[in-house]
Amino acid sequence: MKAKLRDMLKSQKVFVICSLILCVLFLITIFAPWVAPNDPIAVNLAHKLQPPSLDYPLGTDHLGRCTLSRILYGARISLGFAILIFISALSIGLIIGIIAGYKGGWVDQLLMRLGDGLMAIPSLLFVIGFVGIWGAGLKQVIIGLILVQWVYYARVIRGMVLSLKEHNYITAAKISGSSTCKIMRKHIIPNVLPSLAVMGTLEMGWAIMNLSSMSFLGLGVQPPAAEWGAMILEGKSYIRTHPALMIYPGLMIMLVVVTFNLLGESLSERFGVKRR
Amino acid sequence: MGTYVLKRIITIVPIFLLATLLTFGMINLSPVDPAEAYFTAAHIQATDEMLEEKRHEFGLDQPLLIQYVNALIKICQFDFGISYVTNKPVWEEITSRLPATIQLTIGSLLIAILVSIPIGFLAGLKKNSAIDHFSRFLSFIGASIPSFWLGYLFIFFFSVKLDLFPVVGTGTWKHLILPSVTLAFPLIALYTRLLRASVLENLQESYVLFARTRGIHEKIIMGKHVLRIAISPMISGLGMNLGNLMTGAIIVEAVFSWPGFGRYFIEAIFNRDVPVIQGYVLLAAGIFLTSNLIVDLIQMYIDPRISRKGRQYQ
Repeated sequence: MKAKLRDMLKSQKVFVICSLILCVLFLITIFAPWVAPNDPIAVNLAHKLQPPSLDYPLGTDHLGRCTLSRILYGARISLGFAILIFISALSIGLIIGIIAGYKGGWVDQLLMRLGDGLMAIPSLLFVIGFVGIWGAGLKQVIIGLILVQWVYYARVIRGMVLSLKEHNYITAAKISGSSTCKIMRKHIIPNVLPSLAVMGTLEMGWAIMNLSSMSFLGLGVQPPAAEWGAMILEGKSYIRTHPALMIYPGLMIMLVVVTFNLLGESLSERFGVKRR
Repeated sequence: MGTYVLKRIITIVPIFLLATLLTFGMINLSPVDPAEAYFTAAHIQATDEMLEEKRHEFGLDQPLLIQYVNALIKICQFDFGISYVTNKPVWEEITSRLPATIQLTIGSLLIAILVSIPIGFLAGLKKNSAIDHFSRFLSFIGASIPSFWLGYLFIFFFSVKLDLFPVVGTGTWKHLILPSVTLAFPLIALYTRLLRASVLENLQESYVLFARTRGIHEKIIMGKHVLRIAISPMISGLGMNLGNLMTGAIIVEAVFSWPGFGRYFIEAIFNRDVPVIQGYVLLAAGIFLTSNLIVDLIQMYIDPRISRKGRQYQ
């Protein structure tokens, strides 16, 4: 039993380690108020730009705010909204992909051409443009990211539905009188889920990276909220004297994105799904 | 082959039209009133009559369809309107900043190609060797590192600590190095991975076996045959990634205060300069689509099997 467990751990080393890291990060996200040593937005100019100490394990920024607490709270924004983007984009993509693939005809043409149009504009550029027209802010960034994301899910799902549709068991289900809705629920969706898991994991890294890029450009999360990209933007003015201020948040972004990418890769090997 | 090229060119037109429709829709659905945005950007306290007049001038009192057609006709003549802030034509504003951005992108493309071809090729030839491990590490880190952070790391190590390169600005070739390397980093990651995978795949092909049985020298097989075909996915990656390169340039220009049109675009966003935003997005879509087309044609030239297969536009 023990040997078996050890074997499993060994063969799935990457998968296990990445999942563990993500679990810890999610716990931090949920319990940030209890884990963080200080209030992330409490300004204390008397303690500004301090080196690491017991009270402030990673020191303080130019407004005397605790860097560690800000990083921990930043995980909340990055992970929380990445999940929101993932779920929304996936749901829209799932619905549109299934409708387009299953119905076919002009519905399919219309939906997929809409997707082509969206994809003709480089995705992050579309988001920046969208935010540009609708105004800077977290809400706009998230809507923009969802708007460019669903297309990829929809295209993949549509392709899978098209090939699944030809299988005999779908015909059999139809003949035996299953409703379209039931066929979707019972036969189509379970079949596309593994690919979606792989895509979703890889896209999480993408979403986190772009969310922080937008905040870095000053278009996303607005101060004083703690977000990693915004922290780098604030820390860049102190690059000569206090480089740690911009190094730590960047390390966190990289850690999270690397973890999601590794996890996605190991999942895609497991399920035999090709990445896009 | 001629028909394939023609067909491929024609597919671009409806997609570009859709992109214009999307941008137009995005602007018209937004809560921003262009007339109001105009006066805010120009720092003028507008009266109701002035607003009304501006709306008439912009043609906002006409039906949406006519507005769209008018906008489309103007776009075809490279007329993207007049910037609210500077009162100069957007096209002029963009083209005057284009050289700096082109300099940056070409620099980074060169770096990316020069670095990733040898690494990716050798990594594919010698699987599981040290260089292969290095290439996988590189492609992983490159895909996961936020470019704005990488830019600041470069500034910190090479400008602040070692004082090798100037921090910001333009002028000499030294100014170009850090921004182009930053911009090239994700590309290096992608191209190395693509080339490595493609070399590995090609080594399994029967033409390699055939060349070997004919007694052709290994170096010739690899250098002349495998590399030439294996490079094809990298070229298509080049086309698909041009969009990322353009957005990457926006971020890198913000980090290094590079006076290209990416930075201008961000300024336009903060000023709510709607014509500039629209012009930039459409121009980017146009460049993106055209470059994809060119890349397809180059690929067809390198690997004639493609036109025979009639590869679908994706």
